[in-house]
Amino acid sequence: MTIDKHAEVHASVGPLLRPAPTPDEEEFWRSGADGRLRMQRCQSCRRWQHPPNPVCFRCLSRDVTFAPVSGDGTVYSFTVNHQPWLPHLRDPYAVIVVELDEQPGLRFVSRLVNTDVADVRIGLRVRVVFEPLGEGLFAPLFTAVGECQT
Amino acid sequence: MTRPERQAVIRGFGSSRVGRRLPVSEMALTADACLAALADAGLQRDEIDGLATFPGGGFDTPGLAGPGADEVHAALGLQTNWKYGGPEGGQLGGFFSACLAAATGLARHVLVYRTVSEASAQGAAGRAGALAGAADAAVSGFRRWLAPFDAHSPANWIALYAQRHMHEFGTTREHLGTIAVNNRRNAAGNPNAVYRTPITLEDYFDARMITTPFGMLDCDVPCDGSVAFVVSHIDTADDGPHPAIGVESIGWAMRHRPLWDQWADMTEMAAWDAAAHLWERSDLRPEDVDQVQLYDGFSFLPLVWLEALRFCGKGEAGRFLESGKRVALDGTLPLNTGGGQLSAGRLHGCGLLYEACVQLRDQGGDRQAGRPDTVAVGVGGGPTAGAALLVRR
Repeated sequence: MTIDKHAEVHASVGPLLRPAPTPDEEEFWRSGADGRLRMQRCQSCRRWQHPPNPVCFRCLSRDVTFAPVSGDGTVYSFTVNHQPWLPHLRDPYAVIVVELDEQPGLRFVSRLVNTDVADVRIGLRVRVVFEPLGEGLFAPLFTAVGECQT
Repeated sequence: MTRPERQAVIRGFGSSRVGRRLPVSEMALTADACLAALADAGLQRDEIDGLATFPGGGFDTPGLAGPGADEVHAALGLQTNWKYGGPEGGQLGGFFSACLAAATGLARHVLVYRTVSEASAQGAAGRAGALAGAADAAVSGFRRWLAPFDAHSPANWIALYAQRHMHEFGTTREHLGTIAVNNRRNAAGNPNAVYRTPITLEDYFDARMITTPFGMLDCDVPCDGSVAFVVSHIDTADDGPHPAIGVESIGWAMRHRPLWDQWADMTEMAAWDAAAHLWERSDLRPEDVDQVQLYDGFSFLPLVWLEALRFCGKGEAGRFLESGKRVALDGTLPLNTGGGQLSAGRLHGCGLLYEACVQLRDQGGDRQAGRPDTVAVGVGGGPTAGAALLVRR
């Protein structure tokens, strides 16, 4: 699997805040350990959902499990932040909404890394990289790959 | 359909001073606003039997919440039959709840207040000061899906919506700047506004960038202040010294998952659900509305509300502004006549509700926009929203 190597790519970010995951979402936050992003999927209606919960928000099935995804996606929206909300955030950086290839609307907020902020745009193809957060948790961040899609 | 909100009126309203880092406590601001509202309603303290606020006590975000309902209850020596303080009904949730309590007889006269002291709380360090210490603890609550990705501020979260709207519909920063310039022009006529010196589009573009597409002048101003209302049963509407304000309808619907990053179409927001609900509950239509008071925590949000409330088609709000002509005080749909949160100060939507009352009583002075009979109020951004149609009785 080519995606395994992504676990070794550390993003050029400062210290990221660590979340306090609920038991239902730990697997999402831990999935960077082997470099494979895992999202939650309903085994009844087969649709992916985010954020993870112990029930499918569409069909109310309790049969929801985590499964690996490709880690590939597209920038659905973005903002280039210039304001140092925390002291180390001196340089502009891009916050994105990434839409994963597995399902239209399967999205979450993330950070674009190892990519010139001038290159960020809606439709940009991206791939997951992981940044350790400590305590076995990882932030799934994204880096640009290839050409833009619209 | 039963429409209990029509059995409620806003009988009185009041405001404290609003400003940057006022040298008084949150409770002092609250008392100023509440006592002003009582006097305006022509009611004695002992006639108040209900109390409501948003978001209520127990918040640790500095300056955001103001004193909780229990504290105000105690400070004012109230005796209530009904009381409510809570965050999850949105910024107008306290007001809506008060309307329902008055309409159903749980209480006859409900005092509703909203107090902030964000300017003082943030201190000289600004927003970063409010976040200081955040890095020491793991992030819980909804922010755990945002802060680990350095999306620390509502400015970031709303910018993600704005950028998508610009991408799909060609909305521009000039459209956003038109809102900022309009609201500042209106603030010049509001003695209680924080910023009253007019700005130009050039000033807007010169302001430093915060998070694209938002610069400094796209972001509202944290302030210290309080506004209060007395919501009464309609049977008592004519008993006060001033005309009471009628409630035509409220919009409180939430038909999507209320999550910042999970809105299916990020050119829309919760505003669309609240606005749809508002019209479902009203005999009026958008063309019946004389002016609008729309949440402008960020310049982009009034555009969302204009579309959600169907004053224009989806994606058309930027052009609908007609470079500001349509929404000016002398335009066909005046917007944020008191300066909005961008210039008058961020009273979290309740300042806009207050301004609607001022206008419906023709008390706007230099900023009075005609003689409105119907004012639409739309409050909230992202996954929170509430709307109201207030009318001259």
